[in-house]
Amino acid sequence: MSLIESLARMEAVAAGRARPRCTVRHRHLSERPLVLVLLTTAGEAGAPLGALVGTDREKPVLLAVPQPRDRDLRFAFLAELAETMLPYVDGFADDVEWEERKETDPETGKKVPVQVELCADAPQVIVPSAGGIEFVRLLGRSMRFRRTAEQEPETPYPAPPHVPLLGRWLTHFGERARVPGAGLLVSMTGLLTRHWATGQSALEDQHLGALLAWIDPPAGLSGQEAAERAESARDADGQLRCPPAGPATDPAFDNRLLAPAMARYDAGLPGAEEEFRALVEGQLRPTWDAVWRGVDLLRTLPEGARVADRWKRDRWSYTAHRDRVRAGEPPQPKRDDAVTAAQKLSARETAQAQLDAQEALDDPLVMAGRRLAGEAFRGTVTGVEMAMSEGKRPMPRPLVTLRTDDRPHLSQGARLHRPLADGRTQSAEFVAYADGDPGMPVVRLTGGMGRGRTPEAGSVPEPGEAVCWTLFEHSPRGGPELPAPEDTPWTHGGPPPGAGDAPPETPDPVTAEDFL
Amino acid sequence: MTAIQDPYATGPRAAFDPAAAATAATDAILHDTLHGTRRGVVVDSPPGAGKSTLVVRAARELAAAGRPLMVVAQTNAQVDDLVLRLAGKDPELPVGRLHSSEPGAFDPALAELPSVRTSAKAADLAGMDIVVATAAKWAYTKVEEPWRHAIVDEAYQMRSDALLSVAGLFERALFVGDPGQLDPFSVVGAEQWAGLAYDPSSSAVATLLAHNPDLPQHRLPVSWRLPASAAPLVSGAFYPYTPFRSGTGHGDRRLAFGVPGDGSGVDRVLDEAAESGWGLLELPARHTPRTDPEAVGAVALVVRRLLDRGGAATSEQSPEPAPLTADRIAVGTAHRDQAAAVRTALAGLGVRDVTVDTANRLQGREFDVTVVLHPLSGRPDATAFHLETGRLCVLASRHRHACIVVCRAGVTDLLDEHPSTEPVRLGVTVKFPDGWEAHHAVLAHLEEHRVRWRP
Repeated sequence: MSLIESLARMEAVAAGRARPRCTVRHRHLSERPLVLVLLTTAGEAGAPLGALVGTDREKPVLLAVPQPRDRDLRFAFLAELAETMLPYVDGFADDVEWEERKETDPETGKKVPVQVELCADAPQVIVPSAGGIEFVRLLGRSMRFRRTAEQEPETPYPAPPHVPLLGRWLTHFGERARVPGAGLLVSMTGLLTRHWATGQSALEDQHLGALLAWIDPPAGLSGQEAAERAESARDADGQLRCPPAGPATDPAFDNRLLAPAMARYDAGLPGAEEEFRALVEGQLRPTWDAVWRGVDLLRTLPEGARVADRWKRDRWSYTAHRDRVRAGEPPQPKRDDAVTAAQKLSARETAQAQLDAQEALDDPLVMAGRRLAGEAFRGTVTGVEMAMSEGKRPMPRPLVTLRTDDRPHLSQGARLHRPLADGRTQSAEFVAYADGDPGMPVVRLTGGMGRGRTPEAGSVPEPGEAVCWTLFEHSPRGGPELPAPEDTPWTHGGPPPGAGDAPPETPDPVTAEDFL
Repeated sequence: MTAIQDPYATGPRAAFDPAAAATAATDAILHDTLHGTRRGVVVDSPPGAGKSTLVVRAARELAAAGRPLMVVAQTNAQVDDLVLRLAGKDPELPVGRLHSSEPGAFDPALAELPSVRTSAKAADLAGMDIVVATAAKWAYTKVEEPWRHAIVDEAYQMRSDALLSVAGLFERALFVGDPGQLDPFSVVGAEQWAGLAYDPSSSAVATLLAHNPDLPQHRLPVSWRLPASAAPLVSGAFYPYTPFRSGTGHGDRRLAFGVPGDGSGVDRVLDEAAESGWGLLELPARHTPRTDPEAVGAVALVVRRLLDRGGAATSEQSPEPAPLTADRIAVGTAHRDQAAAVRTALAGLGVRDVTVDTANRLQGREFDVTVVLHPLSGRPDATAFHLETGRLCVLASRHRHACIVVCRAGVTDLLDEHPSTEPVRLGVTVKFPDGWEAHHAVLAHLEEHRVRWRP
């Protein structure tokens, strides 16, 4: 935990309510998100119990499985889920804008500009907590390899139409959610903890009710009291007043209410199914309302300047998957091959570096944290000394002296970066401390001054001007190109088997009885 | 807990000739590299076992056999160091230094060497016997025809995905590295690939051996850096199944001070370290921020007294005692802000030219005396970062004479309250020892050299 976050959490304890970690909203929030609250059945992996889903906070669609161990009912649930979600997911596919992108021409090998489609907007699915994201992944994994009768008339247990398609989308959302700062699938606890620091542990923040209690406690209660009530207060029947946000349910609910209701359904009693649905809705509805309350809280924050830039990447991601589905490509494989795994890791590391930089540039409070960590410093210019570089074509390399109270971790020659008013970045390097005073660093500007012998107007800070230099890059580059999967080298097991190849004959090296 | 065994205790010293053992290992490695039929050879090297010497020798022998090769190292400093060593051994040898196009990408000293050519483009270096670059630079390089040979240095610190992007450049390679140092890491989660042979966040050697389990593997058996007082502890605590010995015996190295101690805790711990090779300066137990001012002050004072008391180091390298100067001393910390705080404190005491850095940056470096701020000192908790075996191993194995650890009391209790909680994943080779156990082993040894002190 960074020093500034520790401070914010301690202040939250002292004040009895959450403290802001940001002054702007750092995540895209769709105008029409789809909220998905899922419950699962205890003791049975991937057996959904019910869901509230929809884009209208007043009219959620309730889906329930009165006997989750009945696989026909389970697939009926998944079919209904697909009928409910796919119109929303597909609803963004046809509204496109055109973007220019450089692509390698297969004949000449040169990079040529081409016009490509980019969806103007993309779906955003909000689940209550990190567990919800995992459950979405699990559903995606269980659905995407199913075959429908239309795809394969001979298949013994055909899946209802659209189920494999939704599985592919859920898998895509689940993978995308692993990219730092991405917004196609987000958890409400993740969004709220990014923007507020509570006086409880990060683990306790995973309880959506307790988290909201800290951020917006009811009148007359401190955040801690409200959080404790949200976590443990029970009614006269022993049921939690604030049911867990799922996907797991409370054992007291399972034992006292759910099991008898399931037994009545199994016995075929009249009205049992309606009763069951009401019961599940009662567990889901408080979480549904809590997610929307979180949306309201987040909407009070203005959006950060670079959020739209990151959302555009999500739109690219959505567009690319739309194209893969349309091209009839097979579902995502069970496991990534070596090259895909390395590509994903590299892309996520770049996204993390970009996110960290962009959040700091968008938000003085985040930048304050970086300054406190010695990764940036803000100060007032006290002097500018003109100097030129050596070489055939001398370029301006002015020396700027600052006065600052920050204590950055500078070593000689350290590269520095500063945003200019026009959005470009100016580079510089640390030279020394004036008179050995750690409050007076001297930096040499090395770029962002145009190509002439005299710097462009306004590109060199003037005495009295406040400037903020960072030790981190503002738009970090991605990693190098990786080989094509069919060129996977011998160190990484050689090329992966193709789609038509027979499954490998060697069993799994760890558990010999498994042919995975 | 790992029992620390002194290999000398188990047999007569005369039975082990370190020079002969090291030569035999090197000969076997060079034989497999030059005449073997396999595509890869893996060499594990404990701290200070002559890894760089081996790399230089293998590169020169391959070049001499008319087999040009590429060398992959992990940082620019390592690449520059290798080029300087190659040129030092053979000033005539044509060596290419491939570097990035940014200014100051390589050590200006390379420009002075007549047979070394530097360039940002691989094409400019065609025809050189040896071309050296970082893995990051090689990853952006394209070749018409792959190199027949490569040497990958610090292969345990290289990530699997970095090897993936350069492995297409060569046909066969010698992989050299120290398995006990810091593992590569990723700032984003990589759990979804845990257990896969090609997990991109694992080390290059882990992936290589998972796919090619029958490659010849060698081990350098002798540490020339670590003194006889340190090798048994480091070997037992960090390399329990692949022990090594020191190249020197107990009487071969000596550290002495010209100025007698003043009886303070700092001076007493210096005397203890000079005598035994280890010293623990224990401050009263307390939970502190990372940049614990008292502990940082104590570290700075230890360095100040080391210099003031006129230390002199006698070793097999020089028969005359060599003065212990600032450039032969290093301070190691876990975090960058701690290093910055120590630097400030040292500057306040007028100390210059002492290397102060984090474990990551001290990897591969060697000093006479090191002063270590214990990674768990003053902490309320022990996270996976602080428990990482490699971090402690790097900090405890940089010295030729003595290592002084500054720590707050209570770390053993802290360890007992925070056993490792990392999840066990199917298909992932469990690393022994875990950091928890290694920390206990090192602390148990340091207890014997403890000096309590209240600043």
